[in-house]
Amino acid sequence: MAVSDVSFEVREGEIFGLIGPNGAGKTTTMECVEGVRRPDHGTISILGLDPFRDVYRLQNRIGVQLQQAQLQKRIKVWEAVDLWASLYSQAVDRNQLLGQLGLEGKRNAWFMTLSGGQKQRLFIALALINDPEVVFLDELTTGLDPQARRAIWDLVRAIRDRGKTVFLTTHLMEEAERLCDRVAIIEHGAIVDIGTPEELVARHCPARTVVLATENALAEECLRSLACVNAVERQDLRFTIHGLGDEFVSDVIDCLAENRIRVTDFRTVIPTLEDVFLKLTGRSIRD
Amino acid sequence: MLRGLWKLTWLEIKIFLREPLGAIGSIVFPVLIFVVVGRSFGGRLTPGAPPLTGFLRVGLPVLAAVLIPLTEVLSLIAIIAIYREGGILKRLRATPLRPQTILTAHVLAKLAVTVATLVLMALAGRRYLPIGVNVPIWSFALAVLVSTWSILSIGFVIASIVPTARFAQPIGTLILYPMLALCGLFIPLGAMPRPLQVVAHLLPLTYAVSLLEGIWKGETWRAHAGDVAALVIIFAVCTALCAKVFRWE
Repeated sequence: MAVSDVSFEVREGEIFGLIGPNGAGKTTTMECVEGVRRPDHGTISILGLDPFRDVYRLQNRIGVQLQQAQLQKRIKVWEAVDLWASLYSQAVDRNQLLGQLGLEGKRNAWFMTLSGGQKQRLFIALALINDPEVVFLDELTTGLDPQARRAIWDLVRAIRDRGKTVFLTTHLMEEAERLCDRVAIIEHGAIVDIGTPEELVARHCPARTVVLATENALAEECLRSLACVNAVERQDLRFTIHGLGDEFVSDVIDCLAENRIRVTDFRTVIPTLEDVFLKLTGRSIRD
Repeated sequence: MLRGLWKLTWLEIKIFLREPLGAIGSIVFPVLIFVVVGRSFGGRLTPGAPPLTGFLRVGLPVLAAVLIPLTEVLSLIAIIAIYREGGILKRLRATPLRPQTILTAHVLAKLAVTVATLVLMALAGRRYLPIGVNVPIWSFALAVLVSTWSILSIGFVIASIVPTARFAQPIGTLILYPMLALCGLFIPLGAMPRPLQVVAHLLPLTYAVSLLEGIWKGETWRAHAGDVAALVIIFAVCTALCAKVFRWE
């Protein structure tokens, strides 16, 4: 069984991310909501519809981008967009859509000649052609270079800013952190936690770290005396200070200032969603 | 339900013709062979020359009208299998398109190619093989459509379940070519042993050949109502079956 205990609510107008290691059940969950896979148990309601029973009505109102999808090798970009537009009861302006996705120059190109990023943008165009109320994006930037990825993030934000709801899966934590309003972490077919990226970091990885370098001999003693500091590691002139709480970094700075300790290096290490992810889903390698 | 059917059909025809072997292999080549063979024998074959006439007058056109749909079926099975393997069907599934629409579009596209090939052959053949002075060409065309549609519907079912493109071709060949041997075109049904006759009457191709032969010879549709009924039943059963067993991935 791929998915056993999954319960969540996606709010209107937000970007909701489902994150988890490979094989955790992201795609299975998403396919059940899209109506292309029938769950054995449980209830799903989307836009007030039952995704399996009302699948054709639902599909008219949602847009879907699938993981590893392909089109006919020799279909032209405009032909694909034109076909898709004819399948729905309403469609947006095709030329404008191709323009928004930077594909106007590729109108007459065969699908097989497009680059990975262009194919992905075409799939996003197809997902948006019917002006959907909810857009599903499954691993949309996997395998793309950083430029293409950033361009696609902007596109997704633009979708939300037009009032649409976006439901996406990803295993890139940077993507989830920068893009999602809320994320759910899924592991072995069950949801481990849900919240905004900031909430999840605060809840699961409250520890903060400051790394600094100083020649001042008093530094170690001063830093150790701070209440919020848990541990200080020293390596020659470099100190790594571990602490807890929102005040920790300010307290360290205040301490340095009061004692007139001059530093040659200072940086903070703030935990990210990736740290939360590794903490909640373990470090072993998945298939 | 048929939303997108015409667009998809037209698109599939265009995509097919863009394949390197699409137009050449299925339209130009058969017609070319026909013309070359016609040129080399054309002068010597007169309508009165026995015993070749029987086959040339009736058998050859019927064989062409059956063989071409059979190759179309094989190509249909292969295309659907490639679409399934490549995730194209999966992508189409996440739209309001239904499997029947997808298959119907492919059948219409294949019919169009079949008709184009046969028409070109007929035009090319008119010069070299002076058969068919009194052939009811429109009736025959209709019979070709009916039998092709029915033969293609068997392809539907095979295409619905064949898992990979690699297996599509051999499985299709295995199912379709034995039908050709028993369809009554090469050995008259009456000359077969009884058990084989029974088998032959279970095969759709037998009815297609009977209908095409009859219409070509100038027999009435009424005389072949049984054949038409059998072909329609085969089509209906196969269509219903494929809606049940169609695999998207």
